[in-house]
Amino acid sequence: MKPTAGADQDNNTEDTGTEPARRKAGPDLYTEFQQIVGNPYVDNPRMVCRDVYVYYGETCAIKKVSIDVACNEVLAMIGPSGCGKSTFLRCLNRMNDTVSICRVEGEIRLDGMDIYDPSVDVVPLRAKVGMVFQKPNPFPKSIYENISYGPKIHGLTKDKHEMDEIVETSLIRAGLWEEVKDRLNEPGTGLSGGQQQRLCIARAIAVSPEVILMDEPCSALDPIATSKIEDLIAELRTQYSIVIVTHAMQQAARVSQRTAYFHLGNLVEVGDTDQIFTNPKHQLTEDYITGRFG
Amino acid sequence: MIYSFLFPLILLLAAAAFWLGYSRSLKIADNLGGIKNLHSLPRHYGMMTALAGLLPALLIYLIWVSVQTGVVDARIISELPESLKVETKGQNALLLNDIKNTVAGRGSIGHDPAIDEVAQRYKQIRDNYRMVVSAVILLLMAGLTTYSYRAISNTLRARNIVEGIIKTVLMLCSAVAILTTLGIVLSVLFESIRFFRIIPIRDFLFGLSWSPQMAIRADQVGSSGAFGAIPIFAGTFMIASIAMMVAIPVGLLSAIYLSEFANKKFRTVAKPLLEILAGIPTVVYGFFAALTVAPLIRDAGGFIGLSVASESALAAGLVMGIMIIPFVSSLSDDVIHAVPQALRDGSYGLGATKFETVRYVIFPAALPGIVGGILLAVSRAVGETMIVVMAAGLAANLTANPLEAVTTVTVQIVTLLVGDQEFDSPKTLAAFALGLILFIFTLCLNAIALYVVRKYREQYE
Repeated sequence: MKPTAGADQDNNTEDTGTEPARRKAGPDLYTEFQQIVGNPYVDNPRMVCRDVYVYYGETCAIKKVSIDVACNEVLAMIGPSGCGKSTFLRCLNRMNDTVSICRVEGEIRLDGMDIYDPSVDVVPLRAKVGMVFQKPNPFPKSIYENISYGPKIHGLTKDKHEMDEIVETSLIRAGLWEEVKDRLNEPGTGLSGGQQQRLCIARAIAVSPEVILMDEPCSALDPIATSKIEDLIAELRTQYSIVIVTHAMQQAARVSQRTAYFHLGNLVEVGDTDQIFTNPKHQLTEDYITGRFG
Repeated sequence: MIYSFLFPLILLLAAAAFWLGYSRSLKIADNLGGIKNLHSLPRHYGMMTALAGLLPALLIYLIWVSVQTGVVDARIISELPESLKVETKGQNALLLNDIKNTVAGRGSIGHDPAIDEVAQRYKQIRDNYRMVVSAVILLLMAGLTTYSYRAISNTLRARNIVEGIIKTVLMLCSAVAILTTLGIVLSVLFESIRFFRIIPIRDFLFGLSWSPQMAIRADQVGSSGAFGAIPIFAGTFMIASIAMMVAIPVGLLSAIYLSEFANKKFRTVAKPLLEILAGIPTVVYGFFAALTVAPLIRDAGGFIGLSVASESALAAGLVMGIMIIPFVSSLSDDVIHAVPQALRDGSYGLGATKFETVRYVIFPAALPGIVGGILLAVSRAVGETMIVVMAAGLAANLTANPLEAVTTVTVQIVTLLVGDQEFDSPKTLAAFALGLILFIFTLCLNAIALYVVRKYREQYE
């Protein structure tokens, strides 16, 4: 049914019988590394990932993933739950550092700088690679303070006037200014879900990042709020690189230029979004996109 | 003698009733073609049958146990022979004691044959009563069990009845706690009112001089007594403040360290250790304060030329503060833990360091809960007794100097109520008034604390 390289590899190891203790019972076809289908590289990369492995304790969550993120593109990462796409996303700004058992191997470069180099400080890195989370998580502070938080901790402003400007432009860019300009001092938690998520995007924009990571940013939102966020993503692409993890394939098709399909820790296929959704090359990708599983 | 086995017998009967109800419902179910045709499960029918007899029986048994001495005593007093009749209540009590001792086989004083006779009579009366009570209980149980056994049918809503009974029992249990509190408050309140009839409430609340040692009997020599409680309140306030000055920073910062910075290994060791502090009996803190800390402070003060009382407010306050540290830290730790991980992620995702995240996101989000915890700790500090009894002074000095001896509300209550006393002298009643004030104060603090915690809890939801 699934004539893939992974299947062959699996059969081989079974024949030789090596390392039986580390293998689970039953056919575990796609847990080994397999070759990436499609071209994961681009000409004008902003972020470059080469042979990235991620381990949670003994478990290998990401296996030898190589992919580029281009300037001014939206890269969508899709795949069934537990395939490692969120884990991989969180490697890109070292959010996995907060998980003590998590270990990252391989190379991830932002503008040529290895972000896992011991000399790199995560503080400026995360200012350059911002993140928007699945559930809107505004701070229990005023709308203004939610935006000004990032610039304040990075010392981006000299006085209140500059801060006001940053807050205003961030909110305008996130398409939230008209809705909240009269109540900047009200708590951010009082906004609706969609507004909260746009507030979180504005908060990420406020520190002028180069890349914005979005981890299922619309999964907690209704369709109207979702479409607003999607419009916003299309808008933001002109200035930032965006990597978005999503379960909604329609959304990936709508907002992204390139799509990467993850399966059980492997990057299975990468390609232009149009090609992935109309003419996937790998059987797993096709199965997933046509809804045969996942 | 059936009475000695009455209680086990009641339980046994209830168990039998359960079994009867259970099997009858099963039989009915069999006739109808299965348990699913019954309204309730067989165990509900069994439970209902058992409870129908058990609850009234237990109720009567309890009532009897609590009134039996009174009833029997009254009977025997009413039929005492002329030779033994006495006038006063106290003499009556002595006589009854004698009778009961004889009944119990310990012998009476003087081996008066009249007493022996009465004792015989006492025993007889008591046994008669017990017989009657046992019979009433057992007959009642039998009747009620039969009644509910007969009532079992497939449409009887036994489950609803049983659950209703259980709900009532739960309600009664909570009522016991509430009523006890109410009883304590009322008893303190009434004694306080008696006190305020003698000493005007204004003199008590705003008077500046406290010297409760007054003559109890007319022939005693003593001061006339002064009941101005301000020095006591001030002393309490000072010691509690010193305690909070120790406990808030240390407790809060240790909570922040433990919940945000410490690695898992350190945390698993340090947290239980910190909580051991809360398990040390306060009396141990008391002699730690009185024997170690107070002399230390006095000597240190003497070294730099300050005169420090050997029972200084500072010593008591410091030790009390140490006692409260785990209270503050474990409450704050809980609150800090309750701050959602999403907020931390949001802050880290913007490039904030751990310190910035704690300072600007976690601490503000947890602040209401922390304030609530601190208020609870304050009410604990104010009500704390043992440390101050041992380490703080008795003299009610009105001073702002923490190196002098002061006294607290709890210390005064203890001193006023220890030793011989008469319950209609203002000296003794003053203790109740102080207790009332203390109670009102801690009640208000707790109410505010709970309100603060509840009001701001949903802020980050």
